[in-house]
Amino acid sequence: MTKVITTQDRRSFLKVSAAAGGGILIGFNWLLGCTPSAEQVKSMPEEWYNINGFLKIGDNGLVTIMSPNPEIGQNVKTSMPMLVAEELDVDWKDVMVEQAPLNTDIFTRQLAGGSQSIRQSWESLRTTGATARQMLILAAAKTWDVPPEEITTENGKLVHSGSGKEAGYGEMASAAVDIPVPDNVPLKEKKEFKIIGTSRKNVDGHKIVTGQPLYGIDTYEEGMLVAMIIHPPAFGMSLKSIDASEAKNMAGIKDVFTFETFGSDEKRGSFDISAFPHLIAVVGESTWQVMQAKKAVKAEWEKTGDQTVPFHRSGREWSVNFPAGLESTEMYMQKMKDRDAQGGETVREDGNPRENFDKATKILERTYTAPHLAHNCMEPMNFFAHVTSDKAILKGPIQTPEFLEETASDRLGLPLEKIDIQMTRMGGGFGRRLYGNFLIEAAIISKKVNAPIKLIYTREDDMTAGTYRPAYLATYRAGLDADNNITAFQVRMGGMSESPLFANRFPAGALDHYLAENWSIDTNITHGAFRAPRSNFSAGVEQAFLDELAEEAGKDPIDLRLELFEKAKNQPVGENNDYDAERYAGVIKLVREMSNWDTPPENVHRGMAAYYCHNSYVANVVDLVMDGNKPVIEKVYCAVDCGIVVNPDAATNMIEGGTIDGIGHALYSELTFIDGVPQQKNFDKYKLIRHSEAPKSIEVQFVKNDIDPTGLGEPPYPPVIGALANALYKATGKRIYDQPFIKHLS
Amino acid sequence: MAVFTLNINGQKKEVDVDPGTPMLWVLRDHLKLLGTKFGCGIAQCGACTIHLNGTAVRSCSLPVSSVGEDKVTTIEGLSEKGDHPVQKAWIEHDIPQCGYCQAGQIMSASALLLNNSNPSDKDIESAMNGNICRCGTYTRIKSAIKTAAKTQ
Ligand code: FES
Ligand code: FES
Repeated sequence: MTKVITTQDRRSFLKVSAAAGGGILIGFNWLLGCTPSAEQVKSMPEEWYNINGFLKIGDNGLVTIMSPNPEIGQNVKTSMPMLVAEELDVDWKDVMVEQAPLNTDIFTRQLAGGSQSIRQSWESLRTTGATARQMLILAAAKTWDVPPEEITTENGKLVHSGSGKEAGYGEMASAAVDIPVPDNVPLKEKKEFKIIGTSRKNVDGHKIVTGQPLYGIDTYEEGMLVAMIIHPPAFGMSLKSIDASEAKNMAGIKDVFTFETFGSDEKRGSFDISAFPHLIAVVGESTWQVMQAKKAVKAEWEKTGDQTVPFHRSGREWSVNFPAGLESTEMYMQKMKDRDAQGGETVREDGNPRENFDKATKILERTYTAPHLAHNCMEPMNFFAHVTSDKAILKGPIQTPEFLEETASDRLGLPLEKIDIQMTRMGGGFGRRLYGNFLIEAAIISKKVNAPIKLIYTREDDMTAGTYRPAYLATYRAGLDADNNITAFQVRMGGMSESPLFANRFPAGALDHYLAENWSIDTNITHGAFRAPRSNFSAGVEQAFLDELAEEAGKDPIDLRLELFEKAKNQPVGENNDYDAERYAGVIKLVREMSNWDTPPENVHRGMAAYYCHNSYVANVVDLVMDGNKPVIEKVYCAVDCGIVVNPDAATNMIEGGTIDGIGHALYSELTFIDGVPQQKNFDKYKLIRHSEAPKSIEVQFVKNDIDPTGLGEPPYPPVIGALANALYKATGKRIYDQPFIKHLS
Repeated sequence: MAVFTLNINGQKKEVDVDPGTPMLWVLRDHLKLLGTKFGCGIAQCGACTIHLNGTAVRSCSLPVSSVGEDKVTTIEGLSEKGDHPVQKAWIEHDIPQCGYCQAGQIMSASALLLNNSNPSDKDIESAMNGNICRCGTYTRIKSAIKTAAKTQ
C-alpha cells in the first residue's frame, strides 16, 4: 500500500454527517432513485448509514455510491463509482449507484466536459472509498478492542485473524458513522486493483433497454404544463412584435408571452450563450397542443443592430461582438479565405520559418475548410422548472449545473441556496448542454405562469437555435529542401469566430522552423464547444497535410511521423510542447502493428492518422473501398493510450462511438445558412451517419501502462477524420480539402 | 377532442385527445409511457419507434385516429421483465451510451427479427437505417442483433 495525503476535504465530510444528524436512517424515498448494478443480488437493507457524502452502507452490506458528475453517455455513472468501490473493497455486485445532487460543498467539479471527469476524480474518488474503508476498520477495532492495523478487509468483510473475529460492512456501518474522518489514508497499489481494469456493465443498462424514465424530457409532475419557444427565423434578426390572439384561444393553451433570457444590463457567465435571448413562450396542457399553437402565433421580426455582450468568469471580464447582418455560408466562406490571405497574428515562432520559406526548393501549401455543425443530441434541449416566490426546482439535462446555479439565482432574484438543480441522465451532450440557456428559459417561463412547466425544444428549434461548432479554415505550408527535408512549416487557422489552432501541439517541437498564426472573424451565428472543441477540425486537417507532405517527400506516412517524434523526443524545439512524444509514437507503432501496415490487404484503400487531445492519444488506420461514389468503410483500427483503462469494454464502446461520430460528421454533416436562415432544420436535410454507412468493423487496442487514467469522450473523434481523408485520397486519387467530404466525391 | 379506445401492450386504454395527435404524444403525455422517445417529429430518426401489429412504425407521424383496434406495442410492453432476446443482447453487448435512441433501436430490431429470424448484414442495415444514434453505437447494434437472432 502507498500512503498518500487525503485530498478529501474534511469539512465536506463533517458537513454531511452534521446535516444528516450523524448515523441516521435515510428515508425510503432515497431508494427510488437508486440503480442496482447489473449483477446485484442482495435485497434492500432495512437501514442505510451515511458514511460520507459519497456513500452509504446498508445494514446488510449493500452499498450506495453517489455518482457526482452529470452522465451524458460517457459512462461516468458506472466508472466513477468503480473508483470508490475499488478502495472501499466491496464486491461490485453489492453496489448500487445513484446520481448525486448538485452540492458543491461536497462534490467538486460537477461538470461534464473536456473529457475530464475521470481524470480529475481519479485520486479524490479513490480516497473517498479508502477513507470510508478506514472508518469501518476503526469502528471494528473499537468494537473488538483490537489494534486497527491488524484488521484486514475483503469484499465487504472485516477480518481480525488473530481473534478470528469477522463482520460484514453492514454490521459495522452504524458504528463507522461516529468515527472521526481519518486524514491520511493509504491507497491501493495499482497491481492490487480488483474492480478497476475489469469490464462492468452500464449501471443504467436495464432501465434503458426497458424504457424506464431516466431523461430530463421524461419529467412529468402533477399540474405540470408544457412550454415551447418561438425564436427568430434567422441569425441577425430579433423579435419586433407578436399577435397571439388566435393561439391563446386554442384548446389547452394557457399563455403566450415574450421574455428575455438574460437581463440586458447583466454580465453573463461564460456559459450563458444563447442564439436568441428574446423569445416567445407558448404554454399549454400538452405537447401536441402547444406545437399546434406555435404555428398560430403571428410574429414580426426585425434586423438586429451591432451588439456587444459582456461576459465574466472567476473575476475575469470580456465582451463578445455580434455584428449586424444576415450571413450566408457562401459569403462567410469567401470572407474567411480573404481574411486568411491577409495573414494572422503570430502565436508561436521557432527558428526562421519566414526566411527558410524563401530559400525552399519546393513549397507545399494547402487550405482546408469545414462547415458549421449542429450538436443534434438525440434528446432535444429541454428542462423542467418549478419556480415559486421562495424556491426554484430545476431538473433536467445539463453539463454545467454549477455554473447555471449562479445565473439562475441572478435571473430569478433568489439566493443560491434556494436554487435546486437536479441532474438527470442526458440524451447526449457533445458540448451543447454546457450552455444552459434552456434552463434559464424554463425557469423564467415557470415563474411567469406560476406553475411547474417542462420546456421542450422541437428538433427544429434545437437545430436552428444552436450554439454551433463554428465554420473553420486552415492553411498549411511546408518548405522542403532539395533532399526533401522539411525546412520550414507554417500553420494559420481561423474561424467564425474562433481560431481552432493549438500552437503548441505537434508538429510544434519536432521542427526547427515553425510558425503558427491565428485569426478570427466576428459573426452573429452563435458558436460554442462541440465534442473535442477545435481539435475536431485541427486534427483532421493537420493529419491530411502531413500525409500529403509525406507523399511529396517520398516517405511512408508512418515513417515520417515517427521521425518527427524521434526529433521531438531527443531534441525538442521550443518550450511548452503540449504532448509526450514517446506516448504519441507509441500509439502509432501499435496501430502499425494492429493493421499490418507494412503488408496491407489487397483491394482496400487505407489512410492513417494520429492525434493527441484531452490528455489521451489515439492513432487510426481506416480501410475503405468505393461503391461507385460511395465510400464503404471496411475497418477502422484504433490504438489508444488513455493511461489505466478503468472499464475496458465501456471504454471500447466510447472509442467506437467517437470514431463513427468523427467519420460521420466529416463525411456527411453540415449546417449552412442563407441570409441568416439555417438551411437544415431537421434530419430530413441535416445528414447524420446512419447504420448502413457505419464502418463494418472497428478494432480497438489500448496501450498498457500504469499512468493515471484520462478521458475518452473526445479523443477518438478528431484523428479518424484525417485517416478517412487520407484513405479517400488513396481510393480516388483526389485530395479533398473541404468538409463534408461526400459533396466532393461525385 | 374525441375519445379513442386503444389496445396498448395488451391492455385497453382510453384517451380523450385531438384526433390529429400523434401516438408518440398520446403515449408520453396522456398515458405516461415514457420509453418511446421524441427525436425529430418527422419520421426521420426512429427514436419513437413502436410496433403496430408487429410492424415497426414511427409513432411521431402516426395520428391516434388511424390506429383503431390495431395492436400497439411499446418498449414497456416488449417483454414483461426486460428479457426479450433483443433486450438481453443489448445488455450483453453493453450497447447504450447516452441511451436515448436505444428504445427505438430495440423496437426496430425486434420487429426485424419477427419477420426475419436470420437477417444478413444488408437486412440489418436496411431495417435499422431509419434509427439514428448520435453516440455511434451502430457496430455494436449489428452484433447484438445477430446475437439475438441466435438466441430467440
Ligand atoms: S421522433 Fe419519430 S422518427 Fe424521430
Ligand atoms: S446511445 Fe446516444 S443516441 Fe444512441
